[in-house]
Amino acid sequence: MARFKLFIPLLLFIALAGFLYQGIYDQDDSLTSALLNKPFPDFSLSSVQSVEQSFTKKDLLGEVALVNVWATWCPSCQVEHPYLLKLAKQGVKIIGINYKDNRTAAQQWLTKLKNPYAFNVFDEKGRLGLDLGVYGAPETYLIDRAGVIRYKHVGVVDDQVWLNKIKPKYNALMTESSGQEQQNSG
Amino acid sequence: MKMKACLKPLLIAGSIGWLSFSWASIDTYPFQTDEQRQRFRQLTDELRCPKCQNQNIADSNAPIAKDLREEIYRQLLAGESNQAIVDFMVARYGDFVLYRPTFSKKTWLLWLGPFILLMVGGGIFYRLIRKRSSSDASLSSVALTKDEQQQIAAIIHQHEESKS
Repeated sequence: MARFKLFIPLLLFIALAGFLYQGIYDQDDSLTSALLNKPFPDFSLSSVQSVEQSFTKKDLLGEVALVNVWATWCPSCQVEHPYLLKLAKQGVKIIGINYKDNRTAAQQWLTKLKNPYAFNVFDEKGRLGLDLGVYGAPETYLIDRAGVIRYKHVGVVDDQVWLNKIKPKYNALMTESSGQEQQNSG
Repeated sequence: MKMKACLKPLLIAGSIGWLSFSWASIDTYPFQTDEQRQRFRQLTDELRCPKCQNQNIADSNAPIAKDLREEIYRQLLAGESNQAIVDFMVARYGDFVLYRPTFSKKTWLLWLGPFILLMVGGGIFYRLIRKRSSSDASLSSVALTKDEQQQIAAIIHQHEESKS
């Protein structure tokens, strides 16, 4: 018993070290959790392509989709762009939020680099970005058919991020919603 | 004299540093009352910039910090309470933006941890002290028998004789 007491400081140290270690590597969770499982915020914004056309939250609903925050001033967005094209080709629906950008520059970007987005809204003032808790670009949100935010990734989406982090959740949502569909139709 | 000579530049540098710190961002916003200015300063000091992570909103030059300053300013003029503004930020950026996090399931250890450690430490300290004083007491309460006293006296006597 007395022997055992000698090890108490060591055990305490290990517990504290584990706690702090987790704190270091757990960081992105603390920032991404605020809007998780909450409905996508309401918005009404014009399309990047045309001032006259506008989109609202209703246009997001009905399908599992990615919402990607991007801008022409963001170098990482350029890195990410080819991968988004690849995902779009695989049939993933991607909606773009053009964040605090210049409309002409954004239009040119889409023509030059091709357009992976189902549609793009022009968030000139960053108002929608603020409601989403965006603090940099690129950021990517996974939303379900009801428009609830299920996952958020900050930074470039690449093979590793897609396969390890987003795709499992995306697939789960796809089967979940198609299951509901079958129930509804049957 | 020498002391004074080196103090002066220090004082000047210090006051310049102090002035240029968190005031610049405040003065670009016109306020109707001093109370509003005070609250703006307090809020931007207490909220943490989500992008830069170890700066508050007042001190950061990140675009997002500027946006948040503008948003706080807008809401202040619109008559929102401090609590409403803080809640607005937490809803979007999470507890992360609070330098003073609220007490919740996730943060109780953060708040109570130091007190728990203090109590544990205090408990250990108290027990050690009690143990020591009780063992002191038990030592002093052991009286020697007559025989033992004589033995000791004899030993001391022998020792002194062998010395001389």
